[in-house]
Amino acid sequence: MINYNVDENGFYGKFGGAYIPEMLYPNVEELRQNYLKIMAEPEFQEELQTLLKDYVGRPTPLYFAKRLSEKYNTNIYLKREDLNHTGAHKINNTVGQVLMAKRLGKKRIIAETGAGQHGVATATVCALMGLECIVYMGEVDIQRQAPNVARMKMLGATVVPATSGSKTLKDATNEAIRDWINNPEDTYYIIGSVVGPHPYPDMVARFQSVISEEIKVQLKEKTGSENPDYVVACVGGGSNAAGAFYHYLDTPEVKLVAVEAAGLGVGSGESAATSVLGREGIIHGSRTLLMQTDDGQVTEPYSISAGLDYPGVGPLHAHLHQSGRAIFESITDDEALQAVLELTRLEGIIPALESAHALAALGRIGAKPDEVIVVNLSGRGDKDLTTYLDRFELHGK
Amino acid sequence: MENRIKTLFEQKPQGLLSVYFTAGYPNLEDTVPIILELEKNGVDLIEVGMPFSDPLADGPTIQQSSEIALRNGMTIPKLFEQLKDIRQYTQIPLVLMGYLNPVMQYGVERFCQKAKEIGIDGIILPDLPLSDYVREYKALFEQNNLSKIFLITPQTPEQRIREIDSHTNGFVYMVSSASVTGSTNGKAVVNTGYFERVGQMGLRNPGMIGFGIHNRDTFSQACNHARGAIIGSAFIKALAQEGSLEQNIQTFIQRIKQEV
Ligand SMILES: Cc1ncc(COP(=O)(O)O)c(C=O)c1O
Repeated sequence: MINYNVDENGFYGKFGGAYIPEMLYPNVEELRQNYLKIMAEPEFQEELQTLLKDYVGRPTPLYFAKRLSEKYNTNIYLKREDLNHTGAHKINNTVGQVLMAKRLGKKRIIAETGAGQHGVATATVCALMGLECIVYMGEVDIQRQAPNVARMKMLGATVVPATSGSKTLKDATNEAIRDWINNPEDTYYIIGSVVGPHPYPDMVARFQSVISEEIKVQLKEKTGSENPDYVVACVGGGSNAAGAFYHYLDTPEVKLVAVEAAGLGVGSGESAATSVLGREGIIHGSRTLLMQTDDGQVTEPYSISAGLDYPGVGPLHAHLHQSGRAIFESITDDEALQAVLELTRLEGIIPALESAHALAALGRIGAKPDEVIVVNLSGRGDKDLTTYLDRFELHGK
Repeated sequence: MENRIKTLFEQKPQGLLSVYFTAGYPNLEDTVPIILELEKNGVDLIEVGMPFSDPLADGPTIQQSSEIALRNGMTIPKLFEQLKDIRQYTQIPLVLMGYLNPVMQYGVERFCQKAKEIGIDGIILPDLPLSDYVREYKALFEQNNLSKIFLITPQTPEQRIREIDSHTNGFVYMVSSASVTGSTNGKAVVNTGYFERVGQMGLRNPGMIGFGIHNRDTFSQACNHARGAIIGSAFIKALAQEGSLEQNIQTFIQRIKQEV
């Protein structure tokens, strides 16, 4: 049987590892040696579980979407990560990592963000814990996700624009890593997805795994079986997908569908569909699938969705792709926007642009009337309202 | 043939000046002229940077020079083409420095063979982990007579410094302070405690101090604590000055070397 868990060297199959400059070695090594031990401590777990319940608002509902199900002639359940405090799954991870940072005695927190959801979730837990917070965000993303920038500022975080390269998530991550190099003693880097050097992909997946842990219990209550036929999630770096897939990885009857952003189309040159366009390479300390030129220069990706606008995927997803364990789909900007409107008008739920990519894949799956699909609704669309009003020409109506 | 880095450290006891520049900057075809001019001005060792789109350990100066170099069309094959006859003109030790991904895409084995063919003496790949190097590539580098040079920082534990020293040859690259390249915040050369600690460890390899060395003062201070020092960002800034390449290089190097 194929192993989908990380091995002792930090690899998923041939993907993963820790390809970092020596300057980062002491911090990453400290984390590697301690993360599992700390996560296993009863006091840590108690603090984490209490926060997840009373502060984040977990468990999030598993909602049977009746009208959406009728439309696709199957049974669709939505895992409502959009109902978490701060509006996305990202806070599951930041609550866990901020507790980790405190255990390691760190005083200053840094993070990268694309859509701003991870930045907000980090700024939130830093406010909660009274820690200094610096968030790196691409200049392009600062423009297109303005409400989240405002929230971070309100929460007391410093938002630093990343002005290099495509000025999006990749570049924000570069800047966060450089900050960590410059501040090796007191700083903890809360990475926002299952990316980066080992042990981050594994640690973030573990913190997000609460999603599938809950789905199993909730689905069993509702359908009598804890296993759906499909679990569908969007993939930027892949943290909400990792969380939704986690407890199903070794259950092959459950088909896993990972949905990437095709941007203007996979062949258009303006895309972020890494599984289609990427080759094995190294980005942000991890060996994974990477969009790059023949010469190994990282290609600038494109998606309307800031959270999916990333030229790599987490090493777990590269492994799921290569082993065939997950089905990969890619959804264009227009298809995602259609899905936004569809969910909004059928169910009264305005999804985030990222999550809409997962919803748009419903039409591709071809599920039968008696089958069950769980879609991970990773976040809500408040941050995207300006884009929606523009695209749907709703201004002034 | 003896590795030129080894010979250099055998012949020159102290005050070694190593200069880093990004290949393809300011102009695509400047690589060989810059090397020859540096040698003419008495530089001891040259690190030729292979530009990468996402240089994680570099500050703004090297980021920008890399971006321009890539836009100018610099690639690893292009660099090898430019350097193919370099040993007809100079015997100065040459080190190639870059990030792992472009080298991996070129093929590490092919890269090492080609480097040897040209007469390259050392390689620095900051994001190639020591463990991977030892497991997968060490034999390959050694077969091709290439020094694999590793970085250490003020935070590197003694045990790991010893491990790095045991697997490397050429020199140990002592990163002056916790920072990306090009920082001139002054932390660089006041790190006397760290330099002395490493100095007293009795390593097999000589040490060179780099990162943040940017003028005569910082260079000479670094030379008091190691066999020499490495200048990168400050040199790249000098190349951007008005005036000819030759003139800019001469002015900069002469200023660094004065009275050392
Ligand atoms: C709502 C939402 N979903 C998904 C993502 C993509 O991240 P990941 O692939 O790590 O879940 C983001 C990232 O910002 C997000 O905000």
